Amino acid sequence: MGQRPLILKAERLHKSYRMGATAVKVLKGVNLAVEQGQFVAVIGASGSGKSTLLHLLGGLDRPNEGTVCFDDRDLSRMRARELNRYRNEMVGFVFQFYHLLDELNVLENVFLPAMVSRGIVGWWGTRAAARRRAQELLEQLGLQDRAQHKPYQLSGGERQRVAIGRALMNEPRLLLADEPTGNLDSATGNDILAVLERLHQAGQTIVMVTHDERVARRAQRVITLTDGKVKI
Amino acid sequence: MYKLTLIIRYLLKRRITHFAVLTVALCVFIVVVVMTVMNGLVGQFKQKNHDFVGDCVVGTKSLVGFPYYEELMDDLERIECVEAVSPVVKNYALLRPQYDREQYVELLGVDPVRHSRVTNFAQTLGYHADDPANAFVPVYEPNALGCVLGIDLVLWRDARSQYTHDARPRRAAFSLTCFPLNARGAPAMAGTTVVSNRQFYYSDNSHSGIARVDGSTVYIPLEQAQSLCMAGQRRRVSAVHIKFRPGTDLRVGVEEVRGLWGQFKQKRIDAPDGRLLETVTVEDWKEYRRAFIAPMEKEETLMSVMFGFVGITTVFIVFVVFYMIVSHKTRDVGVLKSVGASCAGVMGLFSGFAFVVGLLGSVAGIAGGWLFLARINRIEEWLYQRFGFQLWDRTIYAIGEIPHEVRVHTLAVIALFAIVACLIGALVPAYSAARLRPVETLHGGRT
Ligand SMILES: Nc1ncnc2c1ncn2[C@@H]1O[C@H](COP(=O)(O)OP(=O)(O)OP(=O)(O)O)[C@@H](O)[C@H]1O
Ligand SMILES: [Mg+2]
Repeated sequence: MGQRPLILKAERLHKSYRMGATAVKVLKGVNLAVEQGQFVAVIGASGSGKSTLLHLLGGLDRPNEGTVCFDDRDLSRMRARELNRYRNEMVGFVFQFYHLLDELNVLENVFLPAMVSRGIVGWWGTRAAARRRAQELLEQLGLQDRAQHKPYQLSGGERQRVAIGRALMNEPRLLLADEPTGNLDSATGNDILAVLERLHQAGQTIVMVTHDERVARRAQRVITLTDGKVKI
Repeated sequence: MYKLTLIIRYLLKRRITHFAVLTVALCVFIVVVVMTVMNGLVGQFKQKNHDFVGDCVVGTKSLVGFPYYEELMDDLERIECVEAVSPVVKNYALLRPQYDREQYVELLGVDPVRHSRVTNFAQTLGYHADDPANAFVPVYEPNALGCVLGIDLVLWRDARSQYTHDARPRRAAFSLTCFPLNARGAPAMAGTTVVSNRQFYYSDNSHSGIARVDGSTVYIPLEQAQSLCMAGQRRRVSAVHIKFRPGTDLRVGVEEVRGLWGQFKQKRIDAPDGRLLETVTVEDWKEYRRAFIAPMEKEETLMSVMFGFVGITTVFIVFVVFYMIVSHKTRDVGVLKSVGASCAGVMGLFSGFAFVVGLLGSVAGIAGGWLFLARINRIEEWLYQRFGFQLWDRTIYAIGEIPHEVRVHTLAVIALFAIVACLIGALVPAYSAARLRPVETLHGGRT
């Protein structure tokens, strides 16, 4: 450890939510460094702020204090356009509750990130390639027969795999997964973990959040979040 | 690209957007139909008034009239842009048919040939459209005095606006009674009384299409009117109507006539009876018929305002619909932003959606309105035939059929308004959606 370059570095992250007059402090100075190619699991009790941390890392929210650096670039200093690019190209986010778009079919959900970054003209040029890439991903995830289905026709595990496909669409350097197995039975959860392990072996950097010790053990490195801080 | 894809999907998949399109279409439909009918009515009414008086009138409201009109006409005819002029005597009279009750009428003394050059008088005639010179010659009594009656004074009009025309004018005599005024405006003695009385034979009828005119106007030869209504040494008229050459700008023409009139009056103000010229004004046809046209225009304005409210309602409905759509779709906004969509992109998505809703609604509404208007008279006719229900009472409106001429300009304006209304309605929800931070919308929830 230590030879590989850092891809992500979070320092003294503070985050609190206002609930009327009182502020709920969720993160109280979290430090975290992720090396390129690492598979990190963040474990913590429900409500400990795991999702909150992951959102900060993915640029979906801003910390009250502290910095998140991706490749030595501070997310809080990025302009809106750069942040959009960061979310589009650099990270792939797998949500706890899948969050697929109901109006799009499975294939379209997967290549959505490719569509977002392109205008009508640009899309015509890359459409075929994007479709091919999405199809490949679906094959890797064992969903090739489901490409034309709508999200509501899928089971939870299948939806989660589609969400992983979407996260991987633009070949992000960092994959953030929020309880990817949280809503699944253990067999289906195992399938998902196997997918993540395979990705890790292929060199993908992954930060996964879970409250399940057994799931966390599948990762290369485990970080425990308690009381708003990382326990060392 | 995701914008277009999602716009199409939202449009196809969400029932509520169909309602939004339908709402816009309905509003557009109503506005198109009402505007077209209203515009048509006002437009036709104005046209008829224009045809009735010519382009410009040098005249007085005083029943005494004004002298020196012949010199005035000579001067006017020398103006480049003046095509024709016609002297007119206007007065009130009592019309007494032989076997019917008397009634009050407006008397117009005209030279039928001159008047036909300035106005559409000849075209309004039932029997002498091609031969206005003989308009005042009763065919059954060629040497007697003839008069042209407003069509509603002689012919019966049924509910479908059809007149029962005779092949030639029926024999009928009328006596016209006037109160002649002398040049000082005092009642003049005609023989032993202060009224003058003369018998005329019905020689033709005139259908101007203006209900008021057709129901109460009697035309007689100019000289007859002068001798019936205006006593005194110098002959007088009430007005000189003017027609400009084609292509003359109305305002320019009227200004020229005003200039000429100013000089003309200056020269003759001290001549005998010259002070009568003081009462004379120069007006274009719209000013001259203001009393009739203005209420119509006011109604049109009122209509426009009322339909402005329809427009506001559309904006509000679209606003509500979009608010609902966007609140259903906040999660999508979060997802889109989490994969890198920008605020502008999300704004664009919902504004584009609103634009398409507005466009489809407008197209549907305009198409519907067009179809409806094209058949409006047939529909009205059918209602009348089938149920005896008359939407368009021809005895009230002098216009025989419901106006249905669609103006592309009006359509374009209405469509533009509808689309802008949709955009405005979508703006607030779209903006609030775009401003959401992704996590705010993604907290919890399934699928
Ligand atoms: N948008 C928000 N507004 C207010 N409070 C919030 C918000 N998001 C999170 N919280 C609070 O912050 C705390 C941490 O939430 P978070 O979702 O990060 O927990 P978690 O560790 O992911 O829990 P779980 O394992 O149940 O997913 C919770 O107490 C939650 O109520
Ligand atoms: Mg969570």
